[in-house]
Amino acid sequence: MQEPDIQFLENSFKKYYFDHFDLIKVPQRIPEREFGYQKFGSGMIRHIPIKDDKQLHLLLIQNIPSDVYCSNGYYTFPNLPMNEKDWKGADLIFDIDAKDLNLPCRNDHTVSVCSNCKKISKDISKCTECDSGKLEKKSLPCKNCIDGAKKETEKLVDVLTNDLGISKENIQVYFSGNEGFHVYVYDLAFQELGPRERSDLTDYILFKGIIPETFGIGKYGSDKKFFPNFGEKGWRGRFSTYIFGSKSKRNKILGEILANGYSSFQKTLDAAAKSIGVKIDPNVTADIHRIFRLPGSINSKSGLSKIQCQDLIKFDPYGDSSFLSDETVEILADCPVEFRLKGKKFGPFNNEKATVPTYAAVYMICKKLASIA
Amino acid sequence: MLRLGQDEIAKYPFLADAGDYLKDKGFSIYDFGKDPVLKITVEKAVHRITTATDGKIYKSDLIDGQASKDHILELEVFSFLLAIILIKISHMPTLVRRFALAEARRAESYLKKDLGRASNPQEIDLLKKIIFELSGIEVIKQDDYFTISIPDYLKQSAAFNEKEWKLVNRHVEDGKVFLNSEKIVRLLRKEISVYISSKINKSPTPEMIPGLETEVDNLISLGKRYTPVFVSTGEYPPCIKHAIQVLEKGENLPHAGRFMLATFLLSKGQSVQQIAPLFKNAPDYNERITLYQLNNLAGTSASGTQYFCPSCQKLQSQNLCFATPDCDNIINPTQFGRKKK
Repeated sequence: MQEPDIQFLENSFKKYYFDHFDLIKVPQRIPEREFGYQKFGSGMIRHIPIKDDKQLHLLLIQNIPSDVYCSNGYYTFPNLPMNEKDWKGADLIFDIDAKDLNLPCRNDHTVSVCSNCKKISKDISKCTECDSGKLEKKSLPCKNCIDGAKKETEKLVDVLTNDLGISKENIQVYFSGNEGFHVYVYDLAFQELGPRERSDLTDYILFKGIIPETFGIGKYGSDKKFFPNFGEKGWRGRFSTYIFGSKSKRNKILGEILANGYSSFQKTLDAAAKSIGVKIDPNVTADIHRIFRLPGSINSKSGLSKIQCQDLIKFDPYGDSSFLSDETVEILADCPVEFRLKGKKFGPFNNEKATVPTYAAVYMICKKLASIA
Repeated sequence: MLRLGQDEIAKYPFLADAGDYLKDKGFSIYDFGKDPVLKITVEKAVHRITTATDGKIYKSDLIDGQASKDHILELEVFSFLLAIILIKISHMPTLVRRFALAEARRAESYLKKDLGRASNPQEIDLLKKIIFELSGIEVIKQDDYFTISIPDYLKQSAAFNEKEWKLVNRHVEDGKVFLNSEKIVRLLRKEISVYISSKINKSPTPEMIPGLETEVDNLISLGKRYTPVFVSTGEYPPCIKHAIQVLEKGENLPHAGRFMLATFLLSKGQSVQQIAPLFKNAPDYNERITLYQLNNLAGTSASGTQYFCPSCQKLQSQNLCFATPDCDNIINPTQFGRKKK
């Protein structure tokens, strides 16, 4: 990124942190957290202790980070190296990312930036200029992607409340600021879980690792009465809806399952996991020392803020999380895909000068698809 | 302190306070080396240890879980306490592990029966208290099942490798896991074993008891026989071979795969400089970052934390496991090809 672009982004971010500190959600037990941040064009600085919201504000204004993070973990000594921090517990956090949904629309709004010659193209298999395969992919997610991620988030909240017994008041959903959602669980009983336990919990949510015996189908004989049915709680009920569709089909389909045997049913279960399992990123949830984007801070992949969604259905990330100024700025844009922000349509731009609002300029510059003219 | 009836003390002798119990009965440990009347207790204690070391469960003289006579109760409890003392004097960690596990399995069989037939609230309450003493876990009886909270279940089941123990293979509802008496007790085996091990480890090691030198010498020989020595074939497990192939083809190996590969090779004694070239083909290869990360994993960076190869279970979750029959139920890739001598 060129110096004028960095300067422009830093000015825009600084104004945001100055005007909108109220949007920063200061985490609970702040002195026990580890903070970290990145500046444009430099590496991550971690292991920072912060004692209160004032100190956090100062950090943002003084350093103008491109990205700022806060640990899910609580430590006695958050400033020390990892093995000396004395881990006390960690919030349970889930990450749902539109890119993991592999929706067919994705290719339509993903562009590639060649690592060799910097050529920007809609071809994401190889560079159209120099044939190189080393491409940095930039996605400008569409409504379909966001709706897909919202659906997964709703599925997750259903499992958390109905299966895991977590009350809705202890669950907070955030738009990540780019193309996904972070779901935070504040429940003391889950905070003590280590990585292995969290890993098994993620498999439950993914509906992964289920064996036919759980539903009464054995290698050497099956018992119909253990097979799931409509109206049952948890995965049994969800699986019934998935496999039977309607009550009238139950007997016929169950007969086929019993006739096809164990291995065939294992394949059915594996396919079910891909369909009805909640598509969370298992590595994120299992990590008890991770630092997560600070709620309310700006995501440097887009210039959008990580914002809590009070009403997920109505939430419009490209309107509700864009807080940068409307002031116009002239840019040189090479953005072959059209996108919408704050209800306005932008692009496509074919390596041309354009005058756009700051929030749209930041969005394209963050995605390396434009620079200050 | 948990108040137990005499049947419970016989079935779960590790819950009794050893020192107090002997003192209350007017004995000193040194009586066991010289009093011919107590010889039967010594024989029983040794039998308890040898049975446990052999991987079997010691059969007591209790009838249907009850001590029919006082002297049977004493024999049960004394032999357990003396077994611990003999293990302590022999200084063989293998014996501690094997004895604790076998005694846990013995207690498990009683607990399973007791839970299965407990019908009145007092019996259920006592068993709940025993479970809480052993594991710190609160169990609730709900119809024909026992329920525990999901976090409590996960903390215990994480030690199991069989798929049936994965949470997804359990009846889960409203934050609770539903288990029958057999499963709840099996789930707690490790806790009981840890409880017994910790009691053994915490108890003081007495001086040699005159008169029991032969028994102790025999236990030392027994312990040595069961201390395994491993040799390795040196072949890489399929997950590691797959990761290397991916890199050789110049394809992208996910972060978790790189972590697995690097920690595996480090565990096999390879140096950071030997491992780094493997990643040269990665699409996003950067020598400086690769060396930094490898040093971090090896524990040679400022933090000093050394990272270890993830378990097979974790790798399955991450879609990095490509198990073959040669894996032979190992639980970590580093065990691949390791055979007992």
